Amino acid sequence: MAKLRYAEALNQALREEMERDPAVWLLGEDIGVYGGVFKVTRDLMETFGEERVRDTPISEQALTAMTVTAAMTGTRPVLEIMYADFLPLTIDALANQASIYNYIWAGQVELPFVLRTQGGGGAGAGAQHSKSLDAFVAHIPGLKVVAPASPADAKGLLKAAIRDPHPVIFLEHKLLYNMRGEVPDGEHVAEIGRAAILREGRDVSVFATSRMVHEALKAAEALSAEGIEAEIVDLRTLRPLDLSAIVASVEKTNHAVVVNEGWTFCGYGAELSATIMDHAFDALDAPVERVGTLDMPIPYSEPLEMAVLPDAGRIADACRRAVA
Amino acid sequence: MRNAPSVDDQLEMFRKMVVVRHMEETLGELHKAGKTRGPIHRCDGQEAVGIGATAMLADTDYITSTHRGHAHYIGKGLDPYRVVAEILGRETGYCEGRAGHMIVADAARGMIGGNAIVGAGIPAATGMACSIRLTGRDAVAMCLFGDGAAQTGICHESMNIASLWKLPVIFLLEHNQYGLTVHSSRQSSVEDLSVRAEGYGMPGVLIDGNDAVAVYGAVAEAVARAKRGEGPTLIEAKTYRFDGFSTSDMGGYQPDGEIAEWRARDPIPRLRAALESHVGEERLSAVEAEARKEVDDAFAQALADPLPGFAAHPASRPYSEVS
Repeated sequence: MAKLRYAEALNQALREEMERDPAVWLLGEDIGVYGGVFKVTRDLMETFGEERVRDTPISEQALTAMTVTAAMTGTRPVLEIMYADFLPLTIDALANQASIYNYIWAGQVELPFVLRTQGGGGAGAGAQHSKSLDAFVAHIPGLKVVAPASPADAKGLLKAAIRDPHPVIFLEHKLLYNMRGEVPDGEHVAEIGRAAILREGRDVSVFATSRMVHEALKAAEALSAEGIEAEIVDLRTLRPLDLSAIVASVEKTNHAVVVNEGWTFCGYGAELSATIMDHAFDALDAPVERVGTLDMPIPYSEPLEMAVLPDAGRIADACRRAVA
Repeated sequence: MRNAPSVDDQLEMFRKMVVVRHMEETLGELHKAGKTRGPIHRCDGQEAVGIGATAMLADTDYITSTHRGHAHYIGKGLDPYRVVAEILGRETGYCEGRAGHMIVADAARGMIGGNAIVGAGIPAATGMACSIRLTGRDAVAMCLFGDGAAQTGICHESMNIASLWKLPVIFLLEHNQYGLTVHSSRQSSVEDLSVRAEGYGMPGVLIDGNDAVAVYGAVAEAVARAKRGEGPTLIEAKTYRFDGFSTSDMGGYQPDGEIAEWRARDPIPRLRAALESHVGEERLSAVEAEARKEVDDAFAQALADPLPGFAAHPASRPYSEVS
């Protein structure tokens, strides 16, 4: 066990998987010589060479499509898309290519690739570099979508994603890269599709993803002082959803708040909310509360950006409304 | 690798071209009779490109195709019966009726696969070439794509990357003059798209796409170059589709006489005439009759085959919703 930053944990996962399997290779913009804009691929080109760690042109559409077909022909590519805001450029390769072939070709091919990207606001990066487009990718049947909130999960889920025979979209968060935490050494492979209860509580269940998990934990501290005990569930995998964990928690607290940093309208939180209604309606004492980014472009100036993004205060308010 | 096909190679190309033509004509008849489903994109007139370009490839070589891929399928060695069964939505089709005629794949033959998103096959082959390179295999990847696809952004991205990384990929541009109904002159700033190759630092070759022997020769040279590690080649094969964009095409956008002019350049009689002095009329007639019978038998069998039941085709992982 070592204390690592989230970015270092990802780097360790990549290094270990590249050592373990010569079919694993990386491609993306600025990932080689420079080691990645967020330094996730630091020093990997030096170790594994330019053919396994490819600095690429700025060609997200082709790179994603190439990643898909490289995966179906004997290698395990890991593509870095620098910002989640660039996911719209990758969507044809995901929605019309990667996601269909296993089924449409009756199981003739597997597609073991990972598309890593990072999203989220709070860094003053403006409307084109701050979004959380989780719902864009989680909407597509045939893709798995993972969003680690801690350094340990960053490592464990990335190793699992690289070994998975199906496409995995791996959502990181720019404000988590410097977060430190205990990370198991060596073979630490998490299970895709399993949520984690980070804080037990009897009054309200908060289902959160990525950085919002930490905002939810802060909210839980404030609520506890008021006598409200929130249960904080880190979903970890957005698709496939850990339905049994969600239902079990709602049956225990009878109140649910869903938190995702994406927009609320047609967002990932809407899906969570509907899923809870579908599977745990009888356990609910109040409507599900939803917290997300306001439905508008993310502005640049700090007070404007902070007003638009969800935070611990808004999560706490949603919990108070739920249990009122 | 020989750049000129032997007489036997040419006879096999001729046979496959007849298979494709008869398949297309039969599909046209079945469509009129209401026995097909959805649009069908015939390649009558373009057979020399798909058949000539794939004739020297092995199962370990990959191709990516288009929405108009029947000649590519047959060229790459797929069984006409299972292709026809897929087109007719039968359980016995290559993809058990899940794919339809535009997205057929046979991974065992390296045909992965048809693609109904125009231009998407171009980066697809480029990505396959990355795997070939990394795993050190003696193989190539080829994308067959049209003049419409040549105008997409991913075509540019892919050609730049393929040439930059010297990937073993062949860009086979099947120029049939029209993107759906819009003539190439209304889509492209240059008439011969192969001139763009120079901008990517790779060879650009312009050939008569209705001459199967010329197609074979140009592709064989590009394959050899790719396998030597010298990178991609752009081959522009000028051809023409006799039939419409698809079975829904009402026509009316071609100038008077254009179709007749190209029918006079039909690639099948042309190869037949070239072969006659080598193998004789009798042998050619026998090959034709045999090819047609294979197609007729394929349709008869496929039409009698069962349609898939959904219960036997559930969406398994990774499509299942919950873990």
